[in-house]
Amino acid sequence: MNKIIAAGLLGLGMSVSGLAFAEPVKIGMITTLSGGGAGLGIDVRDAFALAMKQANNPDVTVVTEDDAMKPEIAVQIADKMIQSEKVDILTGIIWSNLAMAVVPSVTGQGIIYLSPNAGPSPLAGANCNANYFNVAYQNDNFHEAMGEYANADYKKVFILAPNYPAGKDSLTGFKRFYKGELAGEVYTQLGQTDYAAEIAQIRASGADAVFFFLPGGMGIAFTKQWAQSGVDLPLMGPAFSFSQDVLPAIGDAALGVKNSASWSHDLDNAANKAFVAAFQAEYSRLPSVYAAQAYDTANLILSAMGKASISDKDAFRAALKEADFDSVRGSFKFNTNQHPIQNIYVREVVKEGDVLTNKIIGTAFENHEDAYAKDCKM
Amino acid sequence: MQTALLIEQILNGLQFGVMLFLMAAGLTLIFGVMGLINLAHGSLYMVGAFACATVAAATGSFWLGLIASLAAAAAAGALIEVTVIRRLYDRDHLDQVLATFALILVFSEGTRWVFGSIPLYLNIPPLLSGAIPLPGGSAYPLYRVAIIGVGIAVAVGLHLLITRTRLGMRIRAGESDREMIGALGVDIRTLYTVVFALGAALAGLAGALVGAIQSVQVGMGEPVLILAFVVIVIGGIGSIHGALVGALLVGLIDTLGRFLLPVALAAFMGPSAAASIGASLASILIYVFMALVLAIRPRGLFAAAG
Repeated sequence: MNKIIAAGLLGLGMSVSGLAFAEPVKIGMITTLSGGGAGLGIDVRDAFALAMKQANNPDVTVVTEDDAMKPEIAVQIADKMIQSEKVDILTGIIWSNLAMAVVPSVTGQGIIYLSPNAGPSPLAGANCNANYFNVAYQNDNFHEAMGEYANADYKKVFILAPNYPAGKDSLTGFKRFYKGELAGEVYTQLGQTDYAAEIAQIRASGADAVFFFLPGGMGIAFTKQWAQSGVDLPLMGPAFSFSQDVLPAIGDAALGVKNSASWSHDLDNAANKAFVAAFQAEYSRLPSVYAAQAYDTANLILSAMGKASISDKDAFRAALKEADFDSVRGSFKFNTNQHPIQNIYVREVVKEGDVLTNKIIGTAFENHEDAYAKDCKM
Repeated sequence: MQTALLIEQILNGLQFGVMLFLMAAGLTLIFGVMGLINLAHGSLYMVGAFACATVAAATGSFWLGLIASLAAAAAAGALIEVTVIRRLYDRDHLDQVLATFALILVFSEGTRWVFGSIPLYLNIPPLLSGAIPLPGGSAYPLYRVAIIGVGIAVAVGLHLLITRTRLGMRIRAGESDREMIGALGVDIRTLYTVVFALGAALAGLAGALVGAIQSVQVGMGEPVLILAFVVIVIGGIGSIHGALVGALLVGLIDTLGRFLLPVALAAFMGPSAAASIGASLASILIYVFMALVLAIRPRGLFAAAG
């Protein structure tokens, strides 16, 4: 009986404390749910929904729409969500070219945007914005970590990325920390599926290792074709090329590959263990790095809702900037440009039972900041 | 420039070309015989890849998967011909485009509903794994050589089918005069279903062959479909020979452009800028080529009669 009364009182206390900011918050999620990049968007949507379900906060509504990986569709959805759905917050975009098309316009209209994945460099530096929070990373970060990692073992690396904003940020990031010589530098088409021409160039280049950034289906195609090419060089890349969403399709060709990320499912902290277990229970698969970032994004929004009302934008932004939530990445805080300061780890693709996944083998950077924060006047 | 690298890139261009031919042959056959623009051809390619991946995963045999891909794509093709496409022959091209675009959405979402959005695993059979040596110390994946072989075999087979068999005679007759062949007592409805299923099976075969070295996922057919349309426009709509020549030209131009343009540009700018600008230029190269062909021969290189 006492327990029931205690529970009742606790519930009452929570509802009272919640009352102060019981302002409904409407979140618009624009993400990629169809086409070749859908695996990434679905992980973002599902992890975000998981966090919302766990919080069980009746004041939040989330509307989700598919951008089909097309900038013009993303822009239309953003306009519609702002004008007819009257959302307070937007989030969800996976790809940097879509983020570049949407973010400056929505933040200019006073809508808060939280990025669960893309972090193009122009938005991190001189064009930073008080309404733009990047919960994932600045695009260069994971690649910088691989550049640093490559210094130890390799002298002549061949680098490869798609020809779009994140691809340019990728190779720029790698070159910022890599000290050796480059055997070659190639930009491929976004969405390209055949890499025979590039693999031939790598073979002829005399490289001693290959760094590549090819998220989604592009990475699957490249790695499988690489395994058949007869070129025997070590591969490395950012986590996007070997994330949980693509590993099953690549198969054993990915075993032993080193890649960098701010998160891995074996990262040892309580929030992460609970997240991985809950995600597996809910969706019967391992979460990817995109899922982890989206889960953090949702919990960041929820933490800010407990501190400030969305109608007071200044207070709400200040509450977001405190980053007072249990990140599944362990230590997490915002830099002056509202991009993360976080650890970047080196992971290796391993087999746990029958499941291909990643295991942390080292830390490339501790509390790593991006290179553009100094240009941000905010 | 190293000769070995150039030989390897030419082989890559040929392999890409024959893969495009498998797609374009079905597309151009269907347009030539029935006058139908089939945007859902890319979906049949996807059906082939998914059928192959599913059967290969269940039985452990890529070869059974390959047979399944032919059967599944032909069955899917025959099914949509009988239920949907048949009603479109007398309509104008806009209605056909609209209806077959709707089929793309139905196939994509249906596949996502059954298989989910995470790409499937499909690998090449052990018999064809590894690489064979090329002159000059280089090597080339055996599987890609096999794809070139399959493409040539299909091209020869189609040529014989159309020039030497009764079915081929009817297909040619259908291309020249649809009403007359019906009036002469040929069962035109069955002929259309057979041609459509044949085109679909070729797309399914391409999907399965390519799925093994790329990724088997929803939406994989549409990028290839666009290139296949470029091929048949260059080759001349309705012409199998045109499709073969067009496909090889597009394959070679695209591959060699991606390889040679950055190298050429690097002669007078920095390697980073050359890589970036070269990649951008290479991606428009085949469309520039298509525009040139159309300016000189508005009906394509091998315009079909009629």
